[in-house]
Amino acid sequence: MKYGMEIAVAALIVIFAAVFLFQDAAIRASGEEAWGGADSNAADLIEASGYEPWVEPFWEPPSGEIESLLFALQAAIGAIVIGYIFGYWQGGRKAA
Amino acid sequence: MHIMEGFLPGPWWEIWFLVSLPFIVIGLYQVNRLVQEKREALPLLAVAGAFVFVLSSLKLPSFNGSCSHPTGTGLGAILFGPCIAAVLGLIVLVFQAVFLAHGGLTTLGANVFSMGIAGPAVAYIVYRAGIRAGANTYATVFVAAALADLATYVVTSVQLALAFPGTTGFFGAFLTFAAIFAATQVPLAIIEGAVIALVFKYIVQLKPEILTRLNLLSESTIQKLREVPA
Repeated sequence: MKYGMEIAVAALIVIFAAVFLFQDAAIRASGEEAWGGADSNAADLIEASGYEPWVEPFWEPPSGEIESLLFALQAAIGAIVIGYIFGYWQGGRKAA
Repeated sequence: MHIMEGFLPGPWWEIWFLVSLPFIVIGLYQVNRLVQEKREALPLLAVAGAFVFVLSSLKLPSFNGSCSHPTGTGLGAILFGPCIAAVLGLIVLVFQAVFLAHGGLTTLGANVFSMGIAGPAVAYIVYRAGIRAGANTYATVFVAAALADLATYVVTSVQLALAFPGTTGFFGAFLTFAAIFAATQVPLAIIEGAVIALVFKYIVQLKPEILTRLNLLSESTIQKLREVPA
């Protein structure tokens, strides 16, 4: 199979998404809030024990929109670099 | 895996800076040598770094109702070794600490250690051992990258448990943090391993000569991989 690995990875991602949808429905039915970040869950746990962080971040994204803008930017920068270099190599092979 | 700004009390944040520093110094030295001696490998270094950028920005929902992100450092570690992966991790972590308030500058040492050093070291060791044992190349890359992702989160749990043993002692605290971090990470680690194995396949197809130049695969192995389409 020429694209065996691609198919396997795609199938894995589909299973992953399906399990998410299934579980999300179960969590919604129980009325709980979920899908927060593990990082902040750990931070909440530590703060619950009475610890106070001794420094604050000097700048925070002012809203969720700005935060997702910056995360999207981060992914886009990476994706451009990967696409450019793989495309450059592919073109080089074709020309050779 | 990001320990948030201010969430490591002294002396722990200083300790993790000191532990990470030598790896970063060696990594910078190795990058410098790569630039001078193996310039043709630089695009691959850029791909490895870009891969960390993409994967660590994707916060994925996991099976236990919380979200976490893959690290992507396994690829850099397999290709260039854990010290150079530490430098790549450092760049991404500084970006996230400064622009996203994700992680922090005081906890940078600890975060570089978990994502940039511990995980990549696992990936590097597993990859080398697998190749030496003659295991399937892509399967080895998959296992190495998945274990690296998982190891990063186990180390974060250890770091937090050391700093906050609480009333249950180190081991009890470790289990609590591991339940938050490592358990969430298992499905994400599997996805990360699969994606990195796929990228590795493209590198084998597009630029196999770099892999032999970096002593990652012998020419006969590459021949075999390219003949049998995976």
